[in-house]
Amino acid sequence: MRDVPEIRVEAPQPMSEKRTIAVTVNGVRHEQEVEVRLTLADFLRQNLGLTGTHLGCEHGVCGACTILCDAHSVRSCLMLAVQAHGRTITTVESLAPGPDRLHPLQAAFSANHGLQCGFCTPGILMTLVEFLREHPDPTEEEVRIALSGNLCRCTGYQGIVASALDAAKRLRTAGRR
Amino acid sequence: MKPPRFSYHDPESVSEVLELLGRYDNAKLLAGGQSLMPMLNMRFVLPDHVIDLNRIEALSYIREVPGALEIGAMTRQRDLELDAAVRARCPLLPEAMLEVGHRQTRNRGTLGGSLCHLDPAAELVAVSTALDAVVSVTGPGGTREVPFAHFPRAYMTPAVEPDEVLTGVRFPLWAQGHGYAFVEFARRHGDFAVCSATVLLEKESGAKITRASVTVAGLAPAPLRVREVEQALVGNAASEALFRDVAERCRALDAMGDVHAPASYRQQLAAVLTRRALEKANARCA
Repeated sequence: MRDVPEIRVEAPQPMSEKRTIAVTVNGVRHEQEVEVRLTLADFLRQNLGLTGTHLGCEHGVCGACTILCDAHSVRSCLMLAVQAHGRTITTVESLAPGPDRLHPLQAAFSANHGLQCGFCTPGILMTLVEFLREHPDPTEEEVRIALSGNLCRCTGYQGIVASALDAAKRLRTAGRR
Repeated sequence: MKPPRFSYHDPESVSEVLELLGRYDNAKLLAGGQSLMPMLNMRFVLPDHVIDLNRIEALSYIREVPGALEIGAMTRQRDLELDAAVRARCPLLPEAMLEVGHRQTRNRGTLGGSLCHLDPAAELVAVSTALDAVVSVTGPGGTREVPFAHFPRAYMTPAVEPDEVLTGVRFPLWAQGHGYAFVEFARRHGDFAVCSATVLLEKESGAKITRASVTVAGLAPAPLRVREVEQALVGNAASEALFRDVAERCRALDAMGDVHAPASYRQQLAAVLTRRALEKANARCA
């Protein structure tokens, strides 16, 4: 008689735990019930429809999902949505002042070929928002180190670095006005 | 949804953490999340309970006390990089911090999280070894102090029991005007080092070295204090020839090889990086 493999029935998964969170995203307060294991990146994209935040690797390597949490750049794939409860989140959607107008950072990227496919761009812009706030007049080397946590597979980074330096200049001029 | 299902707890005090750890099996402590979150997203770890430490404000502090800096386990790596007291009294920490991941990960990553993850080449682990840090570990029986030399129990295994939590670290300070250097080789900026060398030096008014700490990381499951090199330095006058000779001894250290670099290459790096760190630290001695 042949051995008949034992049929194993997996125990039913426990009910997913949920919590209600209140988060301010780009100035708008959102209150939603979410699964506790939902990442902040998925919350922004799927629950709020803010798909400007991109997901590349989903384990903290590529930097595409960078957002600001309480004004500091963080990888939103490495935070849970429940951890954002009570925090202020800023995403790339907040940058442009209007549908036909670009933020100085975006204008600099447009003018300096700072993107090709654009997948990595939202994360790079949000990283630079924090970096240029702390370093308004950076050197090229400082820009390259600041962007070391953002991967781009199109541009070879030259255009991105040029864009960041140009953006710094534009932001300084805008600040003086 | 990438992470597996788990129950989530966000206590606001250490005593609540201990209570949760006592109540639940298969619980994971979530600090900055820069290692645990990737492992959850890839389902390398499947905890039944995640205990988030981020709401415990009492674990985030930097205090200057006589002869030491006391730093809370949930202090962000960004604060170790930028805090004025750390920069003034323990400049080795900010120097090493610039090599820890990237700006976005240092904004979240914590001191305690990095030490408990205990990657053999992690910068904070190397620096804690070099400074003879003392780790406070709190459990149901109270808090015990663990000298960092006894903190790594095995490869990526800290001396923290399942019902305990790392709460703080004391970094003894070196004399004002001491020399320091953290030098590493990594394939890309922000990666864990293939090998790193950490050096601290104190000198008399002349060139004579009176105290030395030399640590090499990336060769073994935990960073190595190279006592033989430290002893060869103390009492001698600092010179390029001395640094070249003593650093060469690091080539004989036992090393592990892996996909990133064979053992012989790590030994080569140990010798070269130790010499560079010695020269850099010496140049910074007041």
